[in-house]
Amino acid sequence: MTENIFNRMKKYRFLFEELVKRDFKKKYKRTILGMLWSLVSPMMQLLVMSIVFTHFFGRDKPHYTIYLFAGNLTYAFFKDSTTGGMHSLMQNANIITKINLPKYMFLLSKNVASVINYVLTLIIFFLFALVDGIDFHFSFFMLIYPIVCLILFNIGCGFILSALFVLFKDIQYLYDIFTLMLMYMSAIFYYTDTYSPQVQKLFYLNPLYTYITYFRQIVIYGIIPNWKVHALCLVYAVIALTVGALIYRKYNYKFMYYM
Amino acid sequence: MKKIELNDVSVSYIVGDFSNVGLKDIIIQKIKGTYKQKEFQALNDISFSIDEGELLGIIGTNGAGKSTLCKVISGIMRPTKGTMAVRGSIASLLELGTGFDGELTVKENTFLRGAMLGYTRDFMNQTYESIIDFAELKEFEDRKFAHLSSGMKSRLAFSIACLVKPEILILDEVLSVGDGAFRQKSEKKMLEIIKGGATTLLVSHSLAQIRRMATKVLWIEKGKQIDFGETKEICDKYAEFLNKK
Repeated sequence: MTENIFNRMKKYRFLFEELVKRDFKKKYKRTILGMLWSLVSPMMQLLVMSIVFTHFFGRDKPHYTIYLFAGNLTYAFFKDSTTGGMHSLMQNANIITKINLPKYMFLLSKNVASVINYVLTLIIFFLFALVDGIDFHFSFFMLIYPIVCLILFNIGCGFILSALFVLFKDIQYLYDIFTLMLMYMSAIFYYTDTYSPQVQKLFYLNPLYTYITYFRQIVIYGIIPNWKVHALCLVYAVIALTVGALIYRKYNYKFMYYM
Repeated sequence: MKKIELNDVSVSYIVGDFSNVGLKDIIIQKIKGTYKQKEFQALNDISFSIDEGELLGIIGTNGAGKSTLCKVISGIMRPTKGTMAVRGSIASLLELGTGFDGELTVKENTFLRGAMLGYTRDFMNQTYESIIDFAELKEFEDRKFAHLSSGMKSRLAFSIACLVKPEILILDEVLSVGDGAFRQKSEKKMLEIIKGGATTLLVSHSLAQIRRMATKVLWIEKGKQIDFGETKEICDKYAEFLNKK
């Protein structure tokens, strides 16, 4: 424990790189399209959603497809990253119980694959935005802020979920239901301006909605969100990370009893 | 200086999880305050110490707690009671096959496993050829690991593992792998490392091997320490114990 974090990072860098490679290779092994799947699947999803929903909502709203895409992109990343994170400990159970390695490495390497995926979809997103006639301006660089917060938030949630999954296997099914609920609560395909201002504020209790809103405000409306939204983005990430880190610290040596 | 020192080390496992007990029962018991986790005493007051360069043989019947002891010394598990001092870099080979992935190629697996054992990338680049030659798997290096025979798998595993130059080496029944010829080769290689001055812990069911190699022996049974001391004396006792069973 006396080793500082930089020494540890140096020591485990090679392993980390190898784990990332492994996770990435395994993900697309034996598929014909390989990595293209990470582009095809969100696009197909988007296509279906935009066909379906433009008939119900938002026909009169400008840039509805971009609105939808921004929401779905964020949600898909969150789901992919946290679901992967949830399984990261158990999938490597045989390694964890036999070799003394930092357990968070397995979660982080899984997350790298998710982030790469996300970045690819982001590129598609910006291409779409360009085609849709969105004005690109300098405030787009501000998007780095919610993206970093979201990545940290996902890692934190992954910590919590992976620990829960070790102790309590039912969580995987519960989590599926939960993410479905979360999808409907995150205003991915509908607008919140039909609700009263009080209810609109309540939406911000949902971290995902907060990140999505940040995105939309910059890309679609060209406004930089106020400081409260900035603070919330950070607070959610910090809470998730802190809780996750504390759990890992407390249960570090106890996980294997349940593996 | 003592390389490894254990004083009254005990380890108790938590057995059963929520699914065994049932969430409802746990909540009820928690409210009543009667909730207690079932524990299994895997190790009970183990004490011994060994000096630099010694080879400690660990014997005991199945389920005696030998592997748990190795896990504690490697730092994978923590003692629930007692104190422990382990001085020096540890290489622990608890199971040679750990960390391999069937979907990846032999070459990819070699690097992955090497990384898990704490080697650096430079070191692996330099030694990769000799590893694959030692394992006699040169023509298989781009095959999927899952397609290898189990003998080949353990040959590869052993070849990667035997590159270590640790101060403390923990071997949990990993000395006999592969076919006859390879077995001889691997034992010779391991002996080289041990003779190189590593303090070694050897778990083995082969009493002959223990007699031949160990300088001290620890005998445990059902988590309890039966005896610790000179090789010949304890091996004789153990042999007698096995005969009576």
